[in-house]
Amino acid sequence: MAFIDFSKREIQCKIVYYGPGRGGKTTNLLYIHKAMTENVRGKMVSIDTKGDRTLFFDFLPLSLGSIHNMSIKIQLYTVPGQVMYNASRKLVLKGVDGVVFVADSLRVRRANNLESLANLEENLRGENLDMTRIPLVLQYNKRDLADGEIPLMTVEELDEDLNSQLHVPSFPGSAIKGTGVFETLREISKITVKQVHEKLLKR
Amino acid sequence: MDLVLSKRDIEEMYKCISENLVREGADCVLLIDRAANLIVNCGNPMTLDVVSLAALSAANFGATAEIARIIGEEEFSLLFHKGRHENIHFTSVGENYILITLFGKDVSLGLIRLKVEKTIKKLQEILQRVES
Ligand SMILES: Nc1nc2c(ncn2[C@@H]2O[C@H](COP(=O)(O)OP(=O)(O)OP(=O)(O)O)[C@@H](O)[C@H]2O)c(=O)[nH]1
Ligand SMILES: [Mg+2]
Repeated sequence: MAFIDFSKREIQCKIVYYGPGRGGKTTNLLYIHKAMTENVRGKMVSIDTKGDRTLFFDFLPLSLGSIHNMSIKIQLYTVPGQVMYNASRKLVLKGVDGVVFVADSLRVRRANNLESLANLEENLRGENLDMTRIPLVLQYNKRDLADGEIPLMTVEELDEDLNSQLHVPSFPGSAIKGTGVFETLREISKITVKQVHEKLLKR
Repeated sequence: MDLVLSKRDIEEMYKCISENLVREGADCVLLIDRAANLIVNCGNPMTLDVVSLAALSAANFGATAEIARIIGEEEFSLLFHKGRHENIHFTSVGENYILITLFGKDVSLGLIRLKVEKTIKKLQEILQRVES
């Protein structure tokens, strides 16, 4: 649910980081928060998480400059990835304008990625949104582990599993090191704002 | 459900909130949508982190509505938290919006509820007009 305020000449939209538990959604937001200066980002809010699992959501507001003389305000959210928290995921998805799907490259998480993507499609449908139409970007996270002992899916395999139908932009990344984090954010912001702009201002 | 508001719409809502609630003693009043977009921000919010407040309130309201559903209620249309110095009152404005009113211990809840009701009626008129 984008909101355009002509008194402030401001566009507000909501981007949700989705994906399986432990995939790296919160780590993406933490990195963005750490790397951005204070005039660009607001305060990050994480709802009391015992340990590092998200129970409800993380929230980070950003001001991303302006286009067409309108300033852009983006609110980033993460959902809890654990399967049992679907009610919370549905709440966080309310009014979503764009989605980043953070996939876990670990081979053992293959089924979790597929299950989470199917769950995203279903929950979007619950909001009357179509996964093939909503701005969506994939991030294949934890590529920093590629040289280690733990078996990873290749980027091609991840593409085949998750993106063979969707054909959306995808980025390999490492949220913990920060690689791919801003590429992902830049792309999702660009296509989300573009869609909001087209939908709301050119009618 | 997207929302586009002109300067005039915003000013009209601001005026309505300011006359009905802030003038009656509310410290700060926010109108947000259920996606936590901050639509109108009125009163004395300078020292407040209104963006976080909006995000948490929308989530809180959504979570409470879900709790209501689980126990077989349609929705709790009103939420109220009482603090030592400051109170906060949440009311739904139609299906898509939430009005958040902060007021101090010297202002009565009864008065706030009365004024909130009046404000919501007027806000709904405006919102219905801009949505159509
Ligand atoms: N090696 C490596 N570890 C990562 C990376 N991203 C996240 N992690 C680690 O993976 C674990 C889970 O990361 P989170 O960001 O909490 O995952 P999440 O997706 O928010 O998980 P939920 O909140 O349960 O849905 C943490 O221990 C992170 O440090 C990465 O790029 N590389
Ligand atoms: Mg998390």
